[in-house]
Amino acid sequence: MAFLDRTARSMLLGELVAGLVLTLRYFFTRKATINYPYEKGPISPRFKGEHALRRYPNGEERCIACKLCEAICPAQAITIEAEPRDDGSRRTTRYDIDMTKCIYCGLCEESCPVDAIVEGPNFEFATETREELMYDKAKLLSNGDRWEPELSRRLEMDAPYR
Amino acid sequence: MSNFFFETTGGRVILTFAEALALLVPLLIMVAYLTYAERKVLAAIQLRRGPNVVGPFGLLQPFADAIKMLMKETVIPSGSNRLLFLLAPMLTFGLAMVAWAVIPVNEGWAIADINVGILYLFAISSLGVYGVIIAGWASNSKYAFLGALRSAAQMVSYEVSMGFVIVSVLLCVGSLNLTDIVLAQQTIWFCIPLFPMFIVFFISTLAETNRSPFDLPEGESEIVAGFFVEYSSLSFGLFFLGEYANMILMSGLTTILFLGGWLAPFGVVPFTWIPGPIWFILKVCLCLFVFIWVRGTFPRYRYDQLMRLGWKVFLPLSLAWLVITAGALMLFGWLPHAPA
Repeated sequence: MAFLDRTARSMLLGELVAGLVLTLRYFFTRKATINYPYEKGPISPRFKGEHALRRYPNGEERCIACKLCEAICPAQAITIEAEPRDDGSRRTTRYDIDMTKCIYCGLCEESCPVDAIVEGPNFEFATETREELMYDKAKLLSNGDRWEPELSRRLEMDAPYR
Repeated sequence: MSNFFFETTGGRVILTFAEALALLVPLLIMVAYLTYAERKVLAAIQLRRGPNVVGPFGLLQPFADAIKMLMKETVIPSGSNRLLFLLAPMLTFGLAMVAWAVIPVNEGWAIADINVGILYLFAISSLGVYGVIIAGWASNSKYAFLGALRSAAQMVSYEVSMGFVIVSVLLCVGSLNLTDIVLAQQTIWFCIPLFPMFIVFFISTLAETNRSPFDLPEGESEIVAGFFVEYSSLSFGLFFLGEYANMILMSGLTTILFLGGWLAPFGVVPFTWIPGPIWFILKVCLCLFVFIWVRGTFPRYRYDQLMRLGWKVFLPLSLAWLVITAGALMLFGWLPHAPA
């Protein structure tokens, strides 16, 4: 009897039809994907994207060359060289990040006492050559200038949780 | 004047050529958009968007794909048999196109309205196995060879049950002419009285065209891409076109045998206003949608299951139904008489 039951069920293709109905239902449901280059998903204020070096509102660069970020960087992607500037303040002469080494852990951002190095919201910085991903100080500062409104807003939004 | 011209041999050649062109160009465009439709439907089933960047709604995607394919280098493996290697895709593509000669899109619209239309189709689709076998053998690659063996075995096995299904339809029609088959369905489409055979036929066409869930010859996860692993560029393109043209052909055949060809459903007024070819294309599109829908739903069969289904389920089933059909026709005196 069980054999007959099983045979009849398989002959009537019940399970197959159930499967087809399921996929047809999905056919008409709303798409789960977003239309990426034209639409983008929301990004958290803590999103760890491309790095930037920030400046004070008066245009002075924030970084004081304490090298905490260089020390904490688990991938050793950061290289800093520093000298006292003519006015006696301590500044970096070199601030390089190898973006191909960086693991985007955000520890540099965490360790920075003056909020100079931050990871911004930008994740679309793919390049055609490897060399372009060796960021130097000028590139990082220009990133900072470019993203500053967004960066300060993000820091402000995240401040209550720090 | 023009009638006289078309009576001459040269005129006939030109006329036939024009007819073939009028059929094949829309067919190739349909093949192109079938690939697009497949990607879109699969995407929708998987909650994705599918191609939507090239042109409005991605409608130019098939052309972008075609251009990309043509720009690629044709690689001929050093161990291969050059002649056969290049012959195989042409054979596959050519056979897929040639079969269309007998398909009636509307009453009297077949290029060759021959009396053995269905036999012709059956013969051509059997010849299609040669393209696959030659490709697999000439590539001199183990994956291609295994794919070709699988494909050949599969196509041969399913052709048997398909044959019986077609015979049961022919019993109800009393003619091998495709136009007669459609006209015999004016009272009722054969998908209703022969419903089980309709299902068997549809599943067999899936197997016959190497479509999922019977796409073992291509089985990416086991034998890379099957019989056309070694092909690239235009020769790959010809296989691809042939495969999709075969899908459309099999949908057309399903339409003619079971869904009443160009006949409007129920033959009542609002439906009969729409001309026959439109109905034919709509029905073919419906079949193609089911092809893609099935692909989006079912996982691939295991090879022994595939063979078991073909030989131990479909063959007895179609044979039994053939006997039942014949018996019922005799018993009730419904046996059709071939138009004298």
